[in-house]
Amino acid sequence: MTETVITPPSERTARKAAPGEAPAPRRSGRRRIALPYLLLLPALLLELLVHLVPMLMGITMSFRELTQFYIRNWSEAPWSGLDNFSVAIDFDAPVGQALLKSFLTTCLFTVLSVGLCWLLGTSAAIFLQENFRGRGFLRTLFLVPYALPVYAAVITWAFMFQRDNGIINHVLHDQLGIGDSPAFWLIGDNSFWALLIVSVWKGWPFAFLTVMAGLQNIPRDMYEAAALDGAGVWKQIRHITLPSLRSVNQVLVLVLFLWTFNDFNTPFVLFGKAAPEAADLISLHIYQSSFQTWNFGTGSAMSVLLLLFLLLVTGVYLLLTTRGRKTSDA
Amino acid sequence: MAAPRSFLWTRRIFLTLLTAFVVLPVYVMISSSLKPLEDVSGKFEWIPSGLTLRPYVDIWETVPLADYFVNSIVVAGAATVFSVIVAIFAAYAVSRYSFRGKRAFTVTVLSTQMFPGILFLLPLFLIYVNIGNATGIALFGSREGLILTYLTFSLPFSIWMLTGYFDSIPRELDEAAKVDGCGPIKALFRVIIPAATPGIVAVAIYAFMTAWGEVLFASVMTNDTTRTLAVGLQGYATQNDVYWNQVMAASLVVSVPVVVGFLLLQRYLVAGLTAGAVK
Repeated sequence: MTETVITPPSERTARKAAPGEAPAPRRSGRRRIALPYLLLLPALLLELLVHLVPMLMGITMSFRELTQFYIRNWSEAPWSGLDNFSVAIDFDAPVGQALLKSFLTTCLFTVLSVGLCWLLGTSAAIFLQENFRGRGFLRTLFLVPYALPVYAAVITWAFMFQRDNGIINHVLHDQLGIGDSPAFWLIGDNSFWALLIVSVWKGWPFAFLTVMAGLQNIPRDMYEAAALDGAGVWKQIRHITLPSLRSVNQVLVLVLFLWTFNDFNTPFVLFGKAAPEAADLISLHIYQSSFQTWNFGTGSAMSVLLLLFLLLVTGVYLLLTTRGRKTSDA
Repeated sequence: MAAPRSFLWTRRIFLTLLTAFVVLPVYVMISSSLKPLEDVSGKFEWIPSGLTLRPYVDIWETVPLADYFVNSIVVAGAATVFSVIVAIFAAYAVSRYSFRGKRAFTVTVLSTQMFPGILFLLPLFLIYVNIGNATGIALFGSREGLILTYLTFSLPFSIWMLTGYFDSIPRELDEAAKVDGCGPIKALFRVIIPAATPGIVAVAIYAFMTAWGEVLFASVMTNDTTRTLAVGLQGYATQNDVYWNQVMAASLVVSVPVVVGFLLLQRYLVAGLTAGAVK
């Protein structure tokens, strides 16, 4: 369409008249071909240096016996074939067992966190769609958790979860009288829930922001038409708002999934270098097992397995959602 | 639209609870930062009994907070500027040109978003050390190394979002500029960038916040002089004691600039998301 706007009419008719003819020579043709590559070059070089080459290195490291003796000259570390991988997935031995447990914990954690973030974000965005007093204020307020630096926010939560001087136990135990003695939150089984609360608190505003942006693309007259047909607010949300958010949600859920599954910052700031077993998310687990035991080969193998899992999930997810979209479009 | 009572009450209850959830840590942060150490070490009090500004004075002494602040500003600021420039060029190419390898490029760049940071932490560390040994350019432990690392973190999302944003700008605009005698680069600067300002601001916010909040690489790749706030805040915990009032005061001090900046610019972020990521 843009082509028709800029091509002079004479040239257009000429082209139509002789379709088999070679196109008119372009002005500085070679430069035009080189230009997009030149524009991409900085991004490409940076991605190569910081992401792609290190990733390939990480993959080769996973096939080597990379202990602290070889770390300075990693390329001289002896090949060990698939040994690192068999250690990582030997679920009868301690290393594999711990990895499997951490993986399952991360899966459960991610499902709960992404689900809650999505639910809170979508509900808030829908409830703030109509104008009422205080709407602008709430919109701004709800973005505060997103804007706060991770470490500042998570450190505050760590303080709130302190057993003796934190606000959580003060309210639960001292004021509401729950439990015989104040609970531990940052060690033991409760740590899973503590981590989940912090993760949801930090993550839901992103869902809110994205859904809010998506809502702006829904034409107003769809609601008006539905209202004329006698559909109430709840019906409009169910039959107009939620279906219209479909494509937004597909991207949102995928992004939230990847961020949550790979999240290192939240557990690291909340618990320090070693997370309690109940909240041992996979990123921190790999970090800890690599740097604590100085066995980077096994650590790399674990990272590669993690990457394969993420690729698989993302691939299946994209396949399912795009196929769904195609059929719904037809 | 006349909303039924069920809707209004659900909304009221939901928003009240959510507001409480959001505000609680902010309240704890502010109130605890104004308490003396004995008070934050004892039982939590909703209403502080003895207010003091002492923690705000002490935070600068307990750890070299000002140095960390400068490091964070330099690192996050430079990473943002470079990341935005690189993203603008790349997004312009992807949005306005068709060329071989375009799909491969976008898929590769986007998929780096899913790499677990832990996978390339150690290799990147080794690469930086090796570059340092070979060329004398100190990347490991320096601000430059951290800038270089961070600027790629926000790049995939920025390119993706800006491409969407550029796509929403009518091609007639840059074609008209070309008719007026602008080359492609001139058209980018004269037409596309001004028209895409909200998208660019949104991407810049995202890049800055990514760099300002990163913890993993900051804790491995910095030394005593280049430490950023992300690592520095852990310094308030000593072997015997955690100065919680100072931790809260310092958290507040490092948060205020980003939160205020973000809230002032947030409408750009929504606008950028609307046109860019959400199509």
